[in-house]
Amino acid sequence: MKRTVFAYPYVVWMLIFILAPMLMIGYYAFTSEGAFTMENVVGALTNEMYMQVLLRSVWIALKATVICLLLGYPIAYLLSNMKKSTASLLSVLFIVPMWMNFLLRTYAWQVLLSPSGLLNGLLEVLGLPTQQFLYTESAIMLGTVYNFLPFMILPIYTVLSKMDRSLIEASHDLGANSVTTFLKVIFPLSIPGVISGITMVFIPAITTFAISRLLGGGKFMLYGDLIENQFITLGMDAWGSGSALSFILLVLVLISMAIMRKAERDAGEEGGGKLW
Amino acid sequence: MAKHLIDLVDIRKSYGSEDALKRINLYIRDGEFLTLLGPSGCGKTTLLRLIAGFTMPTEGKVLIDGQDVSTIPPYKRRVNTVFQKYALFPHLNVHDNVAFGLKIQKLPKDEIEARVEEMLELVNLKGYGKRWVDELSGGQQQRVAIARALVNRPQVLLLDEPLGALDLKLRKGMQIELKRMQQRLGITFVFVTHDQEEALTMSDTIVVMNEGTIQQIGTPTDIYNEPKNVFVAKFIGESNILPGTMKQDFLVNFHGRDFDCVDKGFRKNEPVDVVIRPEDIDFVSPEKGMFRGTVKSVLFMGVHYEFRVECGEVALTVHSTDYAEPGSEVGIEIVPDAIHIMHKSDAPEAAAPVETEDIPDDAADDDRIIEN
Repeated sequence: MKRTVFAYPYVVWMLIFILAPMLMIGYYAFTSEGAFTMENVVGALTNEMYMQVLLRSVWIALKATVICLLLGYPIAYLLSNMKKSTASLLSVLFIVPMWMNFLLRTYAWQVLLSPSGLLNGLLEVLGLPTQQFLYTESAIMLGTVYNFLPFMILPIYTVLSKMDRSLIEASHDLGANSVTTFLKVIFPLSIPGVISGITMVFIPAITTFAISRLLGGGKFMLYGDLIENQFITLGMDAWGSGSALSFILLVLVLISMAIMRKAERDAGEEGGGKLW
Repeated sequence: MAKHLIDLVDIRKSYGSEDALKRINLYIRDGEFLTLLGPSGCGKTTLLRLIAGFTMPTEGKVLIDGQDVSTIPPYKRRVNTVFQKYALFPHLNVHDNVAFGLKIQKLPKDEIEARVEEMLELVNLKGYGKRWVDELSGGQQQRVAIARALVNRPQVLLLDEPLGALDLKLRKGMQIELKRMQQRLGITFVFVTHDQEEALTMSDTIVVMNEGTIQQIGTPTDIYNEPKNVFVAKFIGESNILPGTMKQDFLVNFHGRDFDCVDKGFRKNEPVDVVIRPEDIDFVSPEKGMFRGTVKSVLFMGVHYEFRVECGEVALTVHSTDYAEPGSEVGIEIVPDAIHIMHKSDAPEAAAPVETEDIPDDAADDDRIIEN
């Protein structure tokens, strides 16, 4: 028996759950009552409200990615410099929340940030005026960063902890102090991890929905919410425009992935181990 | 005599409850090629890392040029290292690897270019500047590592088993090249190896180490011909070690008879270990020999044969270019020069080799024993 047989269930899985939905998106995006049309896509691209939502999504995803990088890199760096046992214990702490459902975690933040929640309770105890935390853009940002931070930390941590320590010693040996060593050796060598971290945060962040609804109170609709809306609220009639929106997002994701790949290749050409 | 460039004073280094180094005293002269030789785990690499500054001594001081550098970080020491696995920067090409230290020093661009070029030429890698390090062979990477260290014109170059990963032929070639570079540049080399042959070939001075202590310091010929104890005798080359008694100066008794020898300064009738190198034993006809033996086995080794010869209770290893049939009887001849006498290993002198200063004839061999 050929060993390729064992790949068949996977192929079937891919056909049903990946290829078929994509084809359906394509079908609904480019047809109207069975006939080919560009109407849906052109309509989605020329709708001013939709484009505003798209820009906001890109902007929030970019900001969240930058914040994740600024927070995640130092955490990954500290973890990689710890004793192996301490580091694996701490990285479990970062991973454990991911075992819980994403919606559940976001609901938890809703409770924490609410006017009568833990955070405002703390302010009251300190005698400070309570704040409107919930339903702000900052709340969406917090939720996004919180949910996707581990995806930034882990790839960077992996690259840093696999780095040959003697390279750092060699840099010190050649006269570089710790700051110079970081800038000239450690950071350049960790770029593959940074790029996959950015990819793994930016793409889910740009496609996310629910976070904006739960923590933004629907005031700040994102592209993911818009798509959800088309299908859930508007029903069958809006499948065409919903698919067109999905298709646009898909193209956007593919473009950003291509950019990341190119950035990784450029970094790879300057040496640097590849993560994938 | 050249001045001391490095002084290691009463160095102790412990990891947890384990002592990696126990009270090491050693100086290294300016411009010499010194080898730290010993089996793995003997502390030789730890000693090298102390000089480089990657670890700090638990006790004691490291002086470079008379200045205490024990707590000074590696990047402030004028010492450079060639790492065991080269540790070349994979994100930089050959030129930028070599230029790394000079760029840190913020030297003018044309000086950097000139020095990098000069160095690449010295290590026979002219024209390789644009190559990535992973495109190079092991031997070429080795040369880049050497160039990257030497381009900074260090006072001392530390080499941590740099030839370990190379095949035999390349290794031999690099041994000669390293020695040539060292002589040409006049830089002090401290070389770590577990390969006794490598140590004998290249060094001005060999420091034999075992279990965190210095066993013997001397020139390659001293170490080979006059091993101080059983460890050194066994680690450097092959040897026959026989128990004996020192009758008086220049006369030793072993294997049931007296032999003339060239050693003195032992107590009357002191039990000693007698070292005879296999190549120093000659075969003669049975009746002419000092004693007789029976050839038990023969191995052809290329240049010579290796014989196991049974002489009563003792078995000797003999290297000879003369052939003798297994089972045949041979006469054994040992000239006084070939006999080397050591204090017994279980005697206090040998147990604490750092205190060998009370042995007068050894003290004459190398003045740095006195420093111990």
